[in-house]
Amino acid sequence: MTTTAAELDLIRAKARFSREETVRLIQIAKVGHYASSFSCAEILATLYYGVMRLKRGEPDWPDRDRFLFGKGHAAAALYPLLVDWGFFEKDVLDEYTRLGNPLGDHPDMSRVPGIDFSSGSLGHALSAGLGMALGGRLQGRDFRVFVLLGDGELHEGQVWEAAMSSAHHRARNLIAIVDRNEYSLDGRVDDVIGIEPLVGKWRSFGWETREVDGHDVTELLDTLRDLVDDEMRQQPAVVVARTVKGKGVSFMETELGWHLGYLVPEDEERALDEIRARA
Amino acid sequence: MTATVMHEGSWHLHSVLDQSPGLRALSDTLSELVDEGYPVVACTADLKYSNGLFRFQERHSERFLQFGISEQNMVSAAAGLATTGERPYVATFASFLALLCCEQIRTDVAYPGLPVRLIGHHSGITLGFYGTSHHATEDLAIMRAIAGLAVVAPADGPQLAAALRATADHPGPVYFRIGRGRDPEVYDSAVDFVLGRAIAHGSGSDLTILATGSTVHPALAAAARLRDDCYSVGVLDVHTVKPLDTSAVLEAAASSRILMSVEEHNVLGGLGGAVAEVIADSGAGVRLHRHGIPDEYALIGPPTHLYAHYRLDADGIEAEARELLA
Repeated sequence: MTTTAAELDLIRAKARFSREETVRLIQIAKVGHYASSFSCAEILATLYYGVMRLKRGEPDWPDRDRFLFGKGHAAAALYPLLVDWGFFEKDVLDEYTRLGNPLGDHPDMSRVPGIDFSSGSLGHALSAGLGMALGGRLQGRDFRVFVLLGDGELHEGQVWEAAMSSAHHRARNLIAIVDRNEYSLDGRVDDVIGIEPLVGKWRSFGWETREVDGHDVTELLDTLRDLVDDEMRQQPAVVVARTVKGKGVSFMETELGWHLGYLVPEDEERALDEIRARA
Repeated sequence: MTATVMHEGSWHLHSVLDQSPGLRALSDTLSELVDEGYPVVACTADLKYSNGLFRFQERHSERFLQFGISEQNMVSAAAGLATTGERPYVATFASFLALLCCEQIRTDVAYPGLPVRLIGHHSGITLGFYGTSHHATEDLAIMRAIAGLAVVAPADGPQLAAALRATADHPGPVYFRIGRGRDPEVYDSAVDFVLGRAIAHGSGSDLTILATGSTVHPALAAAARLRDDCYSVGVLDVHTVKPLDTSAVLEAAASSRILMSVEEHNVLGGLGGAVAEVIADSGAGVRLHRHGIPDEYALIGPPTHLYAHYRLDADGIEAEARELLA
């Protein structure tokens, strides 16, 4: 499929929308994961507006592509997109995290239409995604399963159990994306526990690998479309997306500590101005 | 070159199943369910000979999934499979399933209410000399504390088969606690299984023994001997530890002078704990003796020797009961 300028503009606009809404939601909750949400805004927008097969207003459509959010603490970046797809009402979003609201810091399939699998405890999502991919294959359905993993999440051993068995079972309908934003809570991921050589690790586990700039929507879209369209590919595929934690808000890109935080009103205005100013 | 011959007493993996009718029931029932159109997927973690699922694989290889030695991955993947409409049956040693995979069971399976069946085999101290890593004397307590998870401990192969069938359409997850498949049979193939409804084997004004899983058979034998001695003794097969049959427990509490729970499990938190909760909540002033493995790590040794040591065989249960009744 050829990529058009209109598609790219749409994806960029949705990424901007995701960031703006993240700021608004965290304002309601009074604490949230800004930086982790911002690093994956383009990835989410590309998947939801350029790659995944979805039906507006039908979150349970059996043939839909599945999305699993391994790094579920960035759910605030996704909820607005699910509202935009008509999976639930905006007034639910406006009550984000308030008593009894279905939307929490981590996505919950039991409460939120459009969430294909719950997450929160890191390391489970790739396994669950493998199960979905195998289920689709058993049923002769051709849906694809996308799993977004954090780079810190790769410290979890279960990820590599899943990586090994996905390759063994040739789960070609399973595509993982690593949000390589380089930071976890205690600092640089590679200072906490080194994960490089990252691409080599996945390749040695039997996965088809790609590496992209995770904020370049052209590159993201082309790469993901190539992978899903490649009929010859027999193995599961992973896209290592090099990203910037806090991307889009300059002081979050440079200052540590915005993994979890809450902006004062002046900074919130600065942040929104910067987000809106991005093309 | 002549083929080697293993001693008949050894645990040759392929032949172990011939001595384990209880495990044959697992494979055969799951195979039959596939034949009848159920979307069963049998999952194993490098233990297909230990749990007999290789027999299922021989009949339905397309519905058999091998995960290798990655139990947590297997449980989470089963949850993913269940979201697509498949009915995964995940089998591994009870110690690995209930302890190693506790979080995957709680968060990925039970919380979303997915219809995954968790088969914890070789539970309790059936793996005898393999040691504490392979003993599961905490699984009932752990699984029981997980909301939305049914906990079932069949007494033998026929009851396991009946339980698998009776729960085939159960909308939520089920944990099955089974032994090594060598339990002497209590029931025949006509046994009826209703989730959450205990089976009464007589009632007793002196004593009701509440047993589950592997302790049902020896409890019945012990009760028969006590009756020969003119004691009035009933046995309640509490095959479903959760949801507990509270009315059967309260009936026993009302009709018996003493209750005794017997389980191949730590005395804390399992069947005895569940029964104690019901009795305390109801205000029934009946004495309950919780018999099982004391709150310590079991010795190693052959299973039958361990049962004798912990008074979980018929002689031991009888002796324990006589001390109570004296």
